Amino acid sequence: MFGLDRDQAIGTLLLIALLIIAPFILYPVFVMQLLCAALFACAFNLMIGYVGLLSFGHAAFFGMGCYVAAWTMKHWHIDALAAILMGGVAGAALGLPLGWLAIRRSGIYFAMITLALAQMVYFFCVEAPFTGGEDGIQQVPRGHLFGFINLNNDMAMYWLVAAVFLAGFLLIHRIVHSPFGQVLKSIRENEPRATSLGYRTDDYKLIAFVLSTCLAGVAGGAKALVFGIATLTDVHYSTSGEVVLTTLLGGLGTVFGPVVGAAVVVSMENYLARFGDWVTVTQGAVFMVCVLAFRRGIVGEIAARLKLSL
Amino acid sequence: MNDTILETQAMTREFSGFVAVDGVSLSVRTGSIHALIGPNGAGKTTCFNLLTKFLQPTRGRILFKGRDITGLAPAQVARLGLVRSFQISAVFPKLTALENVRLALQRARGASFDFWRSERVLDRYNERAMALLTDVGLDHAGDLLAGMLPYGQKRALEIATTLALDPEMLLLDEPTAGMGHEDVERIVALIRRIRPGRTILMVEHNLSVVEGLCDIITVLTRGRVLAEGDYATVSAHPEVISAYLGTAHA
Repeated sequence: MFGLDRDQAIGTLLLIALLIIAPFILYPVFVMQLLCAALFACAFNLMIGYVGLLSFGHAAFFGMGCYVAAWTMKHWHIDALAAILMGGVAGAALGLPLGWLAIRRSGIYFAMITLALAQMVYFFCVEAPFTGGEDGIQQVPRGHLFGFINLNNDMAMYWLVAAVFLAGFLLIHRIVHSPFGQVLKSIRENEPRATSLGYRTDDYKLIAFVLSTCLAGVAGGAKALVFGIATLTDVHYSTSGEVVLTTLLGGLGTVFGPVVGAAVVVSMENYLARFGDWVTVTQGAVFMVCVLAFRRGIVGEIAARLKLSL
Repeated sequence: MNDTILETQAMTREFSGFVAVDGVSLSVRTGSIHALIGPNGAGKTTCFNLLTKFLQPTRGRILFKGRDITGLAPAQVARLGLVRSFQISAVFPKLTALENVRLALQRARGASFDFWRSERVLDRYNERAMALLTDVGLDHAGDLLAGMLPYGQKRALEIATTLALDPEMLLLDEPTAGMGHEDVERIVALIRRIRPGRTILMVEHNLSVVEGLCDIITVLTRGRVLAEGDYATVSAHPEVISAYLGTAHA
């Protein structure tokens, strides 16, 4: 199903099992934070892992998803799932023009253009009235799912976030293993050749970019509802950097890498929080060890050693 | 019949003052195998890039089947049936040989934007892809990663992928470059086999290949056409001997 091969199907079943038992062992809000980060990293991985384009501005789409979900939830009192999906719409709506500009270049230029555009989005968010500037949008209600499930209950919220995460995860997998995904991989492997076969590669890259930003927006929307807040941190370039770190650590171009990477990064942030600034130092050290010792990332390295396709 | 399929009129390309291709007027006859030869730096590959729109000519016009294609994008030119190969073997290394060929079939037959469907819908192209692989002697390689194939087989795979588009005209950029004797013979035989119904324009360094295979030869030096004709005419041309053969056999 969903183009999963045997190893990946087993991995996915394991992941679903973990999703089910996790809230009974760990603090549900922590797991929800992890899942939002994981979905964000999976969306980012779609670009870097399968199109070969490093976006350094994905926080813009994640953050805009946060703001729009928070704003619609607070002012329109819409259904919680609708608000999360509004985050996705915001991500895609922003991704379309920004992607249209950025995909004209590749490599370091693509990274720099996405960074520059994301900085513009950041300053827009500082100034625009609807974001609340430095204060952000606070006290966002979680509301109800389908009008009757009260999401102020952490467990109810958890199942919603877990379902959204799983849907996004499987959608990305389907995209990668679709006729469209096959063309994406050919572009990653040899773009001039793909062009010479008659593929208008820019169209494919743009669609992939918009799908990626849409899912980043969904991840942002979910996060805004979980914590009831949307702030400038969510659109800040450090968030863009963190998703790069997460994905590299877990394993570029692997199915489970971004999820494992998110688990490591979010855990470090939570459990090392009492050491203050040392979190950043530790993250930096872990990142360096990763780049020097196991470049394929945690999952990439395991998959290569055990000859599995994870 | 002396039909022209591809024609250039005073095609010129300058790179910040340096003229790589200087007023080249080519005319390729439908159904012929036409060779483009010349010493290194003569502008052969630049010509290819201009013809397939990977580069935009500074001046001049390019006509394919009587239609002006000067302003088109590379992918559009490919869709019109003018498909190129590359000097450095152009395969998708981390995809299997079968997937390589399927990518061309998939483009020709549609459904390439469907991101919500399983890639299993592509299985319907497997039979045709295998037939194309068998045609170039790669029937054993369907499940192997293209990057793992030996050099000669990569070139054969590239030709199979190109043929999957069923192009009217092929542009082959040094199809036998860097190959051993046996591989060269195999590629020459392959080119002969795929020739019916197609026109081929090729850049080639190996003159024995050109002699046996090509109907018309255009010699380029320093971006200009030096001579044109069949092998006997061109190889007897005094300027060609000094400019090309002279240096090659010095």
